[in-house]
Amino acid sequence: MGDVTDFTWEQWFGVLLLAGVGVLILDLLRRLAVGDLGASTLTTFLWRGLVDGLIVGLAAVGLSMTYSILRFANFSHGDLVTTGAFSGWTAVWVIGGLGAADLGSRLLLNADRSTSARALDVHVYAEPLAIVAGLVIAALVTILVALAIDRLVYRRMRDSGGIPLLIASVGVALVLRYLIVFLYGERTRGVVRSSPSIDHPLLFWTDGVVVHELIMVGSAVVLMVGLHVLLQYTKLGTAMRAMADNRDLALITGIPTERVILATWVIGAGLTGVAGYLIVLEQETLNFNTGWFLLLLIFAAVILGGIGSIYGAITGGLIIGLADNVMLVWISGDLTRVAAFMLMILILIFRPQGLFGGVETA
Amino acid sequence: MSDVEVSGADGAAESEATHPLRISNLTKTFGGILAVDGASFAVERGSITGLIGPNGAGKSTTFNLITGVHAPDSGHVYFEGEDITGLQPHQVAERGLVRTFQITRELGEMTVLENMLLAFKGQRGEALWRSVLPVARRRVVEEERDLLERVWETLELFEIDHLAHEEAGNLSGGQRKLLELSRALLTDPEMLLLDEPMAGVNPTLEGKLLERIHDLTDEGYTFLIVEHDMDVIMENCEHVIVMHQGSVLAEGTPADIQSNERVIEAYLGGEV
Amino acid sequence: MTVDDPDTDPDRPATDGSGAAPASPLEGAAAVTESRPRWQVDLGYIVLTTIGIYVLITALGLLTGLGFGGVFRQLQTVTFLAAAYALVVLALNLHWGYTGLFNIGVAGFMAVGAYGMAILTAPTEGTTTPGLGLPMWVGIPVGVALAGLVGLIVVLPALRIRADYFAIVTLAFAEVIRLTINSGALADVDAFGRQLGTGGGRGINFPLLEHAIPRWVLYEGGDPAQGATFVGVQVLTVTNRLGIERTVVESAIYTSVLVGLVAVVFVLSVRTANSPFGRLLKGIREDELATKSLGKNTDLVKIKVFVLGCAIMGLAGIFWQGRNGYVDPDAFLPIITFYIFIALIIGGSGSNTGSVVGALVFAGVLFEGPPYVQRIINQVIDLPRPTTIYDAVVALGSFDPLPLVGYTVGQLANLRFVLFGVILILLMIYRPDGLLGHRDEPASPLDLRAERPTDGPSSVDGGDDDE
Repeated sequence: MGDVTDFTWEQWFGVLLLAGVGVLILDLLRRLAVGDLGASTLTTFLWRGLVDGLIVGLAAVGLSMTYSILRFANFSHGDLVTTGAFSGWTAVWVIGGLGAADLGSRLLLNADRSTSARALDVHVYAEPLAIVAGLVIAALVTILVALAIDRLVYRRMRDSGGIPLLIASVGVALVLRYLIVFLYGERTRGVVRSSPSIDHPLLFWTDGVVVHELIMVGSAVVLMVGLHVLLQYTKLGTAMRAMADNRDLALITGIPTERVILATWVIGAGLTGVAGYLIVLEQETLNFNTGWFLLLLIFAAVILGGIGSIYGAITGGLIIGLADNVMLVWISGDLTRVAAFMLMILILIFRPQGLFGGVETA
Repeated sequence: MSDVEVSGADGAAESEATHPLRISNLTKTFGGILAVDGASFAVERGSITGLIGPNGAGKSTTFNLITGVHAPDSGHVYFEGEDITGLQPHQVAERGLVRTFQITRELGEMTVLENMLLAFKGQRGEALWRSVLPVARRRVVEEERDLLERVWETLELFEIDHLAHEEAGNLSGGQRKLLELSRALLTDPEMLLLDEPMAGVNPTLEGKLLERIHDLTDEGYTFLIVEHDMDVIMENCEHVIVMHQGSVLAEGTPADIQSNERVIEAYLGGEV
Repeated sequence: MTVDDPDTDPDRPATDGSGAAPASPLEGAAAVTESRPRWQVDLGYIVLTTIGIYVLITALGLLTGLGFGGVFRQLQTVTFLAAAYALVVLALNLHWGYTGLFNIGVAGFMAVGAYGMAILTAPTEGTTTPGLGLPMWVGIPVGVALAGLVGLIVVLPALRIRADYFAIVTLAFAEVIRLTINSGALADVDAFGRQLGTGGGRGINFPLLEHAIPRWVLYEGGDPAQGATFVGVQVLTVTNRLGIERTVVESAIYTSVLVGLVAVVFVLSVRTANSPFGRLLKGIREDELATKSLGKNTDLVKIKVFVLGCAIMGLAGIFWQGRNGYVDPDAFLPIITFYIFIALIIGGSGSNTGSVVGALVFAGVLFEGPPYVQRIINQVIDLPRPTTIYDAVVALGSFDPLPLVGYTVGQLANLRFVLFGVILILLMIYRPDGLLGHRDEPASPLDLRAERPTDGPSSVDGGDDDE
C-alpha cells in the first residue's frame, strides 16, 4: 500500500483534492500577506460561510437520514425547506402582527400587498416570542407534512427500488411547491426587517454582530448537539444505525422498522423545517422556490459528507457554505455555485463514499 | 465414469495444453479483510472440476477475480496461456471463459428468447448503424433468423422451449439456472465457471442439468463448478479443489479429498 | 451501473407474461387488431391519441364560442409543442427507457444545442450579443454535434456509478451548464477576432428558424427575391386562394418539418429497439454485469447511446428555441427535464410508441389544457376574481362559493403543476408501466412473439420484420 504506484483512482483523487485545497490556502495566505485581501473581508467571508454552512448542514441532516434509511434520493426535500419557511413565518406574522394588519394579509404573508415587514416591525427585539414560536411551528408543520406524505405516498412504495421512489418524490415536490403557490402566490416577499446588530468593544474583530445571524448559529448548534446526544445515547440511535447498515437484517432482528422510519421523518423533517425558517431570518425574503433552489446544494453537502452520515452532512454543509463564500476571493459570485456542483460531481465519481468515510451510518 | 488421469497438485506439470485455466497467488482484500489469500490452482481441459470450501472460504471471490468482476490485489490469472489478470468481464468472456452467477442474473423483463439471443458473440446487428440503415439491416435480419433457429435448438435441448415467450423474471429458480447455463453456452465458450448451479434446483431438474454438463464435457467443454452439495461434487467431479480461508487447502480426486484430514478438520472447524 | 435492486418494477404481473392479463385500457383495441403487424397497431395508438386531442380541443373551443381562429391557434401550438416534446422524449427513452441511464440533465443538453446554434447564427453586429453570423445549415448541425460532445464528456467519467448518483451527476451538470451560461464570465468574450458570448442573463437573439426554415422550403436559396421553388409554388397558390396569411403558412411549414423530424427519429428509434443493438441496451438496463459476462462491451454501448440521445436533445432544443429566435438561460431550468420525464412515464418508459403518446398527452392535455380551459371559462362566465385565497374563503363564510371558484380558475396555470405531481405519484404507485401498460416490444428485428417456425431457417416464417 505504501508504494505510490499502488495508489487507486480514489486515492489519487484524494491527493489531488488535498493538493488543490493546499494551493488555495497558500494563495489565500499570500494574498493576506501582500494585502490583496483585507483581513476583515476574509473574516466576513468566513463568518457568512459558517452561517450558510450551518443552515445547509441542518437541512442536509434530514436528507441524509432519509437517503440512508428509506434508500432513495428525496427530491422533495427542498420543498420541505420551503414548507418550514412559509409555515414558520406565517406563525410569526399571525402572532406578532396582531393589530398591525388584517388577518388575511398576515395569514398569507402579505399576498395582497397591503402591509409590509416594516409595518409589522418583524425582528427579534420587537417580537422575540413570535420568532421563537415561529421556529417551533416551522418544525411542527414540516413534520406533519412529511408524515402525511410518507403515509400517502412513500409507505405504499416501501419495496419499490430507489428510482421509482425518486420519481415519486419529484411528484411530491411539484405538489408541495405549487400548493404553496396556490395559497401564497408567486411573489417574492420580504417578511423580516433587517436585523439589529450588537456593537461592543469586546467584539474587536468585527464592526458588529448581526443578531439574527447569531440566533441562527445558536439554534443550529444547539439542535445539532441535541441530535448527537439523541443518537449516541438512546436505543433509537442504535436502531437507526442498524437500519441504515442493513435493512433486511434489521427486519429480522426485530427492529421496529416502521417506528424507526417515523422517527427518521420526525427528526429529519423537523430539522429541515427549522433550516427553512432560519434561512429566511438571514435573507429576509422568501418565495416558493426558496428550498428548491437550495436542493442541489443540500445534496452536495450530503454527498460530500458521505450519504447516511449525520456528522458528515453537517461537515459537508459547512464545507459547502465556506466554499461558496471563500471562493469569492478567486471567482465571481455567479460562479461559486458552479464550483460547488463541480466538486460534488467529482466526489460522486471518484469518492462516492464521501470525503471522510466509509460506512453509511445514521 | 472418469477416464481422465488426475495429475494432482503438481503445478509444474500443468501446461496450457492440458490446463486452460491457471491462477497463481491471487490475493484480494475488501476493507481490510482478506477474502482470497494467495490462491493457486489449475483446471484440466475437458474435466469437471469442483471448487468447494466452507462458507467464506473465498470461492465466489475467486470466481469474481478470474472473470474480471474484481481486480486482484496481486497474483495472476492465465487462460489458454494468456495473462488475463485485471481484464474487464466482457474481455474475459470474449476469450471463451464464461460464467454463471450464484444468484442467477437473468434479464428479468426480457423474454427467454431475448435472453438467449443476446448471448451470441459478434452479431452484425450489435453495430448501431447496421441495425438502423436500410440495406445493412437486411443482412442483420437474415443473421437473426439463423440465430433464432439455434436458440430454439438449444431451448429444446434443455427442455425449456415451452418457456420461450415467458419473461425471464417469471421463471422458477431451477428454470433460471437452466436458462443461465444454456445462455452461457450460446456464447460459444471454451470453458464454463458455474457458481452453485444446483442451488434451489429440484432433484429431477438437477439430474437433467448434470446430464447436460456431462454431455458437454464429452464434447470438449471444461467446467469449474462451485457447489455446496457434497454429493453432487463427489459423484460428478474428476478433480476437486478445496479452499479454506482464502487459499487452497487441498486438491485431488473426490476419494482423496474425502479422506483428507485437513479438509475434514476445516469443515468441522467451520461449518459443515 | 450497478443498481442494488434490479427489480424496480413492483407491479410486474406474476402470471405468465404472454399478455394474459390485459393491463391497459387501450389493450382491448389491440386485441381486436391482434392479427395486424405491430407497426400498424402502434401507429394506430399515435393517430388515435392525436385525433382524440384535436377533437377535444376543437369541440371545447367551438362549443364555448372560442371561434375558429382561437381553435386553430391552439391546435397549432399543441402540435408544435407535442412534436418538440416527442423528439426529446424519444431521446430520453433511448437513455432511460431502453438503457436504464437515469439522465435528469435533459435541459442542459437542450441548452447546449440551442446555444451552440444561437452563437453560430446570431448576427455579427447590431445586436446586444453578437455571434458568428453563419447560416443555419451550419448552426444546426454544429449545435447538435456540440450537444453530443458534451454528452460524451458527461458520460465518460460516469459510466460506473450507481443509478441514483448518475441522476444527481447529470442534474448537477445541467445546472453547471445553465449557471455558466448565465454568468458574466462568458457573457462577452473575444474569440476568433470577434465579439462573442452567451450574453449571460441577456440571452442571444438569432434569426428565427421559424422564418428561415420555411423560406428554404418555399423559395430558391431561402430568398423570396429569387422566386418560389416547385413546392413553394404549389403551397403558395393553394394558400393564397384560401386567403391564409403568409406567417401562418410559414409556421405551419415549420411545425411540419419538426413533425417530419420526429417521424425520422421515431423510425430510427424503433429500428434501434428492434435490433441486436437494442437487445444490448435492454440487457444493460436489466443487469449490466450479466450482459458484460456474456462478453458484451457495455461501456461502449452506453457511450454510443448516451451521445446519440444527447445529440437528439440538442436538436430538440434548437427547434424549440428556433421558434422564438431568442435563447436565455431561464428557458433551460431543471423543471423542463421533469416535464420530459412526466411525458415519458405517462406513455410508458421503454416504448417508442409510448414516448410519442406520452408527449401528445402531456403537451396537448396536461400542459396546454388548463390554460386553455381557463381562457374558455373566462370567455364564457364572468367570475369574481379575488386577489387572495383568504378573500375567497371569507366569501365562503357567507355562502358564496363563486369567489373560490374564480380564484381557483385564476390559478389553473399553477394548479396544473400540482396535477403533474399527482399524476407522477399515482403512476409510480399504480401504473409504473405507463398508460399503455406493460408493453412487450421484442428486442429483435423478427417478431419473437411468433411461434417457432417448424421448417428450416431460410424459409419465410411467421415473423413480420419491418423491412
